[in-house]
Amino acid sequence: MIELSRVNKWYGDFHALKDVDLKVGKGEKVVVCGPSGSGKSTMIRLINRLETHQAGRIVVDGIELTDDLKAVDAIRREVGMVFQSFNLFPHLTVMENLTLAPIWVRKMPKRAAEEHAAHFLERVRIPEQADKYPGQLSGGQQQRVAIARALCMRPKVMLFDEPTSALDPEMIKEVLDVMIELAHEGMTMVCVTHEMGFAKTVADRVVFMDQGEIVEAAPPNDFFEAPQTDRAKLFLSQILGH
Amino acid sequence: MTMGSDPVVADPGPRTTRTGPDPIAWVRANLFSSWRNTAATLVIAYLLWKLLLPFLDWALVRAVWWSPDAKACRAEASGACWALIADKHRFMLFGTYPFDAQWRPALASLIFVTLYVVSALRACWRPWLALIWLAGLSAIGVLMWGGVFGLAYVENERWGGLALTLLLATFGIAFAFPLSILLALARRSTMPIIRWLAIGYIELIRGVPLISLLFMASVMLPLFLPEGVTIDKLLRAQIAMILFAAAYLAEVVRGGLQAIPRGQYEAAQAVGLSYWKTMGFIVLPQALRISIPPLVNTFIGFFKDTSLVLIIGLFDLLTTVKVSLTEPKWTGFGVEAYLFASAVYFIFCFAMSRYSQALEASLAAGQARTMGKGTA
Repeated sequence: MIELSRVNKWYGDFHALKDVDLKVGKGEKVVVCGPSGSGKSTMIRLINRLETHQAGRIVVDGIELTDDLKAVDAIRREVGMVFQSFNLFPHLTVMENLTLAPIWVRKMPKRAAEEHAAHFLERVRIPEQADKYPGQLSGGQQQRVAIARALCMRPKVMLFDEPTSALDPEMIKEVLDVMIELAHEGMTMVCVTHEMGFAKTVADRVVFMDQGEIVEAAPPNDFFEAPQTDRAKLFLSQILGH
Repeated sequence: MTMGSDPVVADPGPRTTRTGPDPIAWVRANLFSSWRNTAATLVIAYLLWKLLLPFLDWALVRAVWWSPDAKACRAEASGACWALIADKHRFMLFGTYPFDAQWRPALASLIFVTLYVVSALRACWRPWLALIWLAGLSAIGVLMWGGVFGLAYVENERWGGLALTLLLATFGIAFAFPLSILLALARRSTMPIIRWLAIGYIELIRGVPLISLLFMASVMLPLFLPEGVTIDKLLRAQIAMILFAAAYLAEVVRGGLQAIPRGQYEAAQAVGLSYWKTMGFIVLPQALRISIPPLVNTFIGFFKDTSLVLIIGLFDLLTTVKVSLTEPKWTGFGVEAYLFASAVYFIFCFAMSRYSQALEASLAAGQARTMGKGTA
C-alpha cells in the first residue's frame, strides 16, 4: 500500500530523513514513535506530500509521488490525515467541514454527502454536534470530527500525526477508542503517537525512529519487551519510566 | 506594596455600577465619582458651553435658510447662510447635468444607495445578488447616458456632483477589490515570476501619489495611444483609481492571508482540495473576515480620494461645491458649503464604518475561534 525506499530529506543543511525504508501492507497498522525531532512527523507528511522528499522513491497505492500534480491529487484522495492540532475549518460548521471535500473533490451530490457525513459522525459518537462550529466543541470532540472529516473521503489509508498530543488527558481515551475501532475494521493506518497502550492493542509493527533514521521495526510485544538497540531502550525507559 | 495599602481593589469600580434607570445615580457614578472625574466633567462642560453653544447659535438660531439673492446672508448678525445650499444644491449634487434631466442622476444615486443596502443584508448574500448588481449598474448606465427609451443622450463630460462621486467610488471598489485579492494571492505565489510581477506592481503603484497617477491617465496616456483612438476621460480616471486602490487593498488582503495558520492550508490539501478551492472555501473567507477593519478603512479612504479627480477637470461632489462658491453672490460662504460637502461624505463613510462593525460582530457570533487546544 505504502512503500518508501531510500527516502532522504534535507531542510537546508539539516538531514531530516536518512535512507528511510518502510513498507506498509494493506490493512496493516504501523505505529511510529521516537524522540521529538527524530523525523517521524516529517516521514508521514511525505506520504501525502505535505512535505517533499529530495531523494528516494515513495509509492502509495501503486502511484509514485513526484512533482506531477495529478499523482499528488490522486494520492491525497486516497490518503486521509489527522493532525495534532485538529486543523478543522473554524468558519464552517461540523457538517460543512465534513461535506466540503466529498462535494467538491469527490463530486458527491450535497444530500448524499450529508447522509454520508451523518453516518461518520455517528461512528465517532457525536451525531448531535453537526450544526455547531468547531470552536464550540471540546478538544476531544474536535479531533473526532477531524477523524470523521478524513473518513468522509473514503480513504484507503489513514495517517495520524500525534492525534492525542494536544488533548487534555481526560479526552485522550475518547479519541483512541475511535481509532481502535477503525483499526479493527481493517483500515490501513500509520500513526505517529506516544500512546504505547494503543500501540500494544492495535499495532502490527512499531517503528522506532531517531535522528532521521528508522532504528528498529518490530511487532509491539518484541519491541516493548526486548528492544534491540540502546537508543530504543533509552527512549522506552524515558517514556515508560514515570 | 502591601495588600493593605490598596483598599480600592475590593471596590468593583464606580464606573461600572450602572444602577438601572435612576439618572441621578448614573450621573453621580459616571460623571462625579472622584475629584478627577468631577474636574474632567466640569472642564468638558465648560468647553461645550463655550464652543458648542455659539456654533448652534450660528448654525441654527441665527441661520438664514432662504434667500435666493443672498442679501439676508450679508445682513448684520446673520448666522450660517444655508440659503446657499438651498439655492445651489442641484448643482452641488448633479453638476452640470442638464437641469431638466437631473431626476436621472438623482434616481441613479438612489439606485446606488439601494444596491449598498441590499448588499449589506446577509440574507441577500446569494448568487442572485450579482444579477441585481448587474441590473442596477445597467440601469444606472442607461439613466446617466440616455440615448435609449426616449432619454436624451448626455455625454459624460457633463456628469458631476454626488452622482459622479458614487459612480467613481462604487465602480472603483467593485473592480479594485477582486483585483486586489488576485494581487495578494499572486504576491504569495510560489511561482517567482508571478510573485515578482505582483510585488513590482504593488510597490510601483503604492510609491506614487494618486494625483500623479490621475495626471498620467488624463495627460500622458493619450500621447501613447495611436492616432484616432481616444479613451474617455472619465474612464481613464476610473481605471487609474481602480489600479491605485487595488494596490493598497492587496496589501490589506495579504495581511489577512498571512494570519491564517499553516495548518488550514495543510488540512485543505490533505482532503484533496485544489489551490483555488483551498483559497476560495478555506483561506479567503477567514482572511477577509479578519481583514474587515483595515479593508473598510481603505474603502473609506478611497471614497474620499475620489475627490482628487477635480485636478483633471471632473466635477465630483467636492468640485461642484467649490465651483458653487465662485458665483459672485455666494462668495465668502465657504464654511457653509464645505460643511455641507463634509456632511455628505460623513454620512457615507460613517455608514460604512458602522456597517463593518456590525458585520464583524455578526460573523464572529457563534464561531468563537479556539484553534489548537479547544475546550468548550
